[in-house]
Amino acid sequence: MSTVNPARGDDGVALRIQNLGKRYGGVAAVDDVSFHVQRGEVVGLLGPNGAGKTTTINMVLGLLEPTTGTVRIGHVDLRENRVAALSRTNFAAVYAALPGNLTVTENLRFFGLLYDVRGLRRRVDELIEEFDLTHLRHTKCGLLSSGEQTRAALAKALINRPQLLLLDEPTASLDPSAAQIVRQKIKSLATADRCGILWTSHNMYEVEAVCDRVLFLSHGKILLEGNPKILPGLHGAATLEDLFIRVAREPLAERTGDSS
Amino acid sequence: MKLRPIAGIVLRQIYLLRGSPVRLFPMITWVAIDIVLWGFITRYLNSVSGSGMNFVPTLLGAVLMWDFGTRIMQGVSTAFLEDVWSRNFLNLFSSPLLISEYVIGLVITSVLTSSLGLVVMLFLATAVFGLHFLAMGAALVVFLLVLFVFGVTLGIAGSAIVLRLGPASEWLLWPLPAVLAPFAAVFYPLATLPHWMQAIARCLPPSYVFEGMRAVLAGRPAPIGLLAPGAALAGGELVIAAYVYCRVYRHAVRTGLLARYSAESSG
Repeated sequence: MSTVNPARGDDGVALRIQNLGKRYGGVAAVDDVSFHVQRGEVVGLLGPNGAGKTTTINMVLGLLEPTTGTVRIGHVDLRENRVAALSRTNFAAVYAALPGNLTVTENLRFFGLLYDVRGLRRRVDELIEEFDLTHLRHTKCGLLSSGEQTRAALAKALINRPQLLLLDEPTASLDPSAAQIVRQKIKSLATADRCGILWTSHNMYEVEAVCDRVLFLSHGKILLEGNPKILPGLHGAATLEDLFIRVAREPLAERTGDSS
Repeated sequence: MKLRPIAGIVLRQIYLLRGSPVRLFPMITWVAIDIVLWGFITRYLNSVSGSGMNFVPTLLGAVLMWDFGTRIMQGVSTAFLEDVWSRNFLNLFSSPLLISEYVIGLVITSVLTSSLGLVVMLFLATAVFGLHFLAMGAALVVFLLVLFVFGVTLGIAGSAIVLRLGPASEWLLWPLPAVLAPFAAVFYPLATLPHWMQAIARCLPPSYVFEGMRAVLAGRPAPIGLLAPGAALAGGELVIAAYVYCRVYRHAVRTGLLARYSAESSG
């Protein structure tokens, strides 16, 4: 099942993953996964702990070499042209905080140079204003609250105006109010800047509110895919959370047999 | 390869020094202590030896040059460890930064930080203990260049060890210069060492430098026969260290070690 808008055509693909796999010895952490993210689309990557979500994200970021398959960011193959592919992407994750011994401005300048951003001074000022960090621009990131750190990390994630943004549980450490603001920012980013977003979260309310499409991952395989508002009804579940729990607890063989 | 990512790596270190000037303290203090300590030892030796030999250039000059090499090594390693300590590998290596750009950035950072130590050492050794460092002439440039390349090599090799074995292996890195010093014949002629140690010493570029330094200070011409193989060895070992680092990085990407590094750094 796919909710790709045919009107956008294939040119608007931010990420295309084909037959991606990662094996550690005899164990498949990610097993023959294929999907894509359109520009302007927010796709939720869901699944229980150990399902393979972070492994998938690490492979897209070039931090982990796949055993099989390909990753294309825009039209660039990550293996063939790592620099061009990673120049088009960026990420933020709760476990990858910015260096705490640099200020917000210093971190943005540092990462801006790594991404070879032109007009860096102006871009840093824009992001600092956009993420309401003006009064914190000279504060070391290690001294920021969780919400402020998340905003700073998101500002860094947008420094290069990425076509593809990977967000691994970006709101995990935020209070509901701060999480709502971040969700709104990300949603508007997808629509206004036509950025493709791959989002992992365990908060099903959030996923329903933000994502255009979700992928359920379990034991390294994609089991379900579809619109988060429609998908539960199609599978006899009351809510997305009920569906998540059922998929997470179901034996893999049963589900894959069912879907085939 | 692009200049701006390299500048980013260097700028990061400048920001760290600006944000916490206390970081300058160890760059200056340890080399100053070394020069003062060895300066007085050489004075004492001069006064009691009665041989008329001046120990200042041979011992104090050797201390200064060895410290320069080790500070280069520590400059590269410390800049690398900043990324380990701040758990920055995921952000760093998910960017388009090339490994070559990263390593060059570390080396430039090291040149900046160790230059400060070199200036302090030169000032103290010259002003307080009367070392005429420049008396070694043009050979001095070659000596320092070989030690610089050797320091970079050690720094890259040490960083590769930490990248391969994990953050806890940091303690393996710091004693490296002390372990190598006896083989490098810093303070005594190579012939003083037993044969098995001489065999190891011949694999270390600094042993050629210090043999050459003693020859120049004894009034003999710059020993090209010593310096050429020393420089070639230094260049060769640098290439090997860079190759090993790239292999270790590739291994870390293939096995997931790089992705797990942040979690291990916090432990």
